Amino acid sequence: MKKVLERLFNGLIKENPTFVLMLGMCPTLAVTTSAINGLGMGLTTAAVLTLSNMMISMLRKVIPDKVRIPAFIVIIASFVTIVELLLEGFVPSLYSALGIYIPLIVVNCIILGRAEAYASKNPVILSIFDGIGMGLGFTMALTIIGAFRELIGSGKIFNIQIMPEAYEPVTIFILAPGAFFVLACLTALQNKLKMKKAKRDGVIIQCDSGCASCVNASSCAGRMVEEKIKITKKKGAVKA
Amino acid sequence: MKELLLIAVGSAFVNNVVLSQFLGICPFLGVSKKVETAAGMGSAVVFVITLSSAVTGAIYQFVLTPLHITYLQTIVFILVIAALVQFVEMFLKKKMQGLYRALGVYLPLITTNCAVLGIALVNVQKSYNILTGVVNGFATAFGFLVSIVIMAGIREKTEYNDVPKPFQGMPIVLVTAGLMAIAFFGFSGLL
Repeated sequence: MKKVLERLFNGLIKENPTFVLMLGMCPTLAVTTSAINGLGMGLTTAAVLTLSNMMISMLRKVIPDKVRIPAFIVIIASFVTIVELLLEGFVPSLYSALGIYIPLIVVNCIILGRAEAYASKNPVILSIFDGIGMGLGFTMALTIIGAFRELIGSGKIFNIQIMPEAYEPVTIFILAPGAFFVLACLTALQNKLKMKKAKRDGVIIQCDSGCASCVNASSCAGRMVEEKIKITKKKGAVKA
Repeated sequence: MKELLLIAVGSAFVNNVVLSQFLGICPFLGVSKKVETAAGMGSAVVFVITLSSAVTGAIYQFVLTPLHITYLQTIVFILVIAALVQFVEMFLKKKMQGLYRALGVYLPLITTNCAVLGIALVNVQKSYNILTGVVNGFATAFGFLVSIVIMAGIREKTEYNDVPKPFQGMPIVLVTAGLMAIAFFGFSGLL
């Protein structure tokens, strides 16, 4: 039970895929034009992630090591197709809003990253909760970014007017450049917090520039960050 | 001919793949430190995307549609693209050493580039035939090449600028990308 909760907390806060690991940047930038789109994309990804983690964990002893990546991709692509058809049938408005980004969940590095880093090595129940935790972390991040952009760009959140009537919306925030600016501010904020922490602990916790810029992100899946956190903790312990 | 030209300009500049559709963000941010490597990555992307648009277009038209299994497109396309990249790499290594040395390092990275799958799917969505699909693929990839090379050029310059500490590294690159996206809005007057 404790381990299950630890997995959820890990995905939501400690290793949040968007804010901490910076994985899966394409959908993060593309579909967060409104809070509802962010929420929809997040939940869709979370569903695929949970199901694929479950399936891969069940089959982890059957899949030969050499062909594991193609096998994972086929499993993920099948679940994406299932989810896509379900969305088209039952939530057509969301289906048309997200468009091409639904099939592109297949190449979202969070999913392959979790399959490789966690589900292929751990028991089924824990893998499911790892998927739920990571999925909810991703959903939370996308909803927050979406709400922020919608608030500034149109004065609403979830289509409810928040800003006073006199507020002139800054439309550029719901257009493409706004996505880059919001993400830039968020990463800068995160760097600032990290710098504070690094000053306190005397160690810099990161590879050079975060996982977004890292071409090995999908195979590393934030393990470098994890390891560096471990090293920091050890050093902290020595100091204490 | 006019139709092809419209598709080409539209996908290369007006709906730029990186700056307005957000496909292929990872290599755009990751491999844009130097103009040389950016150009290498860009040309590898042009090569693979043009080829994969042709192959996926042919498979869609001659295999998936007659068998009525178009709903399997996502699975089929991703496997075809992964296999294609492998084959291209092997072929270049054997037959075209020069090109392999120029593009080789970037080829394996392209499988994970969402632009490749994205364009295959866009071609289907907009019901392009093989010819228009290839033109669309080539133009989109060309747009990627242009934007990644411009980005690398700007980054080489901003290296020596005095950037506020929290904005150093990724954030300033994202701000630059945002400004470039605004500049590319200017192209929407073209069509």
